Amino acid sequence: MSEAASIYKVDKVLLVAIRDNITDTDIINLQEDLSERIVSEKARGVVIDIAALEIVDTFVGRILAQLSAISRLLAAETYIVGMRPAVAMTLVELGMDLPGSKTALSLSHALRALKAKGLA
Amino acid sequence: MSGPPAEPAARVELRQERDVAAARLAVSRVMDAMGARALRKTRFVTAVSEIARNALDHGGGGVIEVWRLDRPARIMIRCRDEGPGIADIDQAMTDGFSTARSMGKGLGGARRLVEAFRIDSRPGVGTTVEMEARP
Repeated sequence: MSEAASIYKVDKVLLVAIRDNITDTDIINLQEDLSERIVSEKARGVVIDIAALEIVDTFVGRILAQLSAISRLLAAETYIVGMRPAVAMTLVELGMDLPGSKTALSLSHALRALKAKGLA
Repeated sequence: MSGPPAEPAARVELRQERDVAAARLAVSRVMDAMGARALRKTRFVTAVSEIARNALDHGGGGVIEVWRLDRPARIMIRCRDEGPGIADIDQAMTDGFSTARSMGKGLGGARRLVEAFRIDSRPGVGTTVEMEARP
């Protein structure tokens, strides 16, 4: 597991906390670790917490979109949570509104949504 | 491009991936010291991240310098690399154009996020990008 992100398991949900100053290599490792754990732990839900990210540039934005897509293909519903308001505004201006990704305001909102669907 | 007179407030060498984060942090700190608003800081630091990554991925590394300018108060960065240069700048500034891993929104996106954007690129010499914004 890379140092720049941690994966925790709560019930059937994998929580991914991404830290600031994550590098390109860390993110690629994270994709691999997360996809393997979704399968090995039979996770039905994934929550990616980006509250620690001061900014999301196009590279990280693309990785978030890819993480969501990979999880979806592995049958785990995925939420991105903790986006700062200024990050949301900047992403829209970059033309990266993450169309394939579900978002929730906070971890508890995402867990509530997953529980309502019987996925957590 | 004529340079600002004063010594830079920060200078970051871009040699490896970690240095992109270091450049973001350096600019973020200078903007904090200027009392920058959250949205303005996020926009500018995001643009810096795009430019720094570009210098590393396409320019083979480079250096970013950061200045605080007065009257009116603004932050300015200059990012230089000695890479192969960009053959067609107009094309490179267009969303969707990508030669590496970004979504091709990097350079054009950076320009939209700042108040002044200048790029000078010469094949075989390198690329210099200057960006400015109010804090």
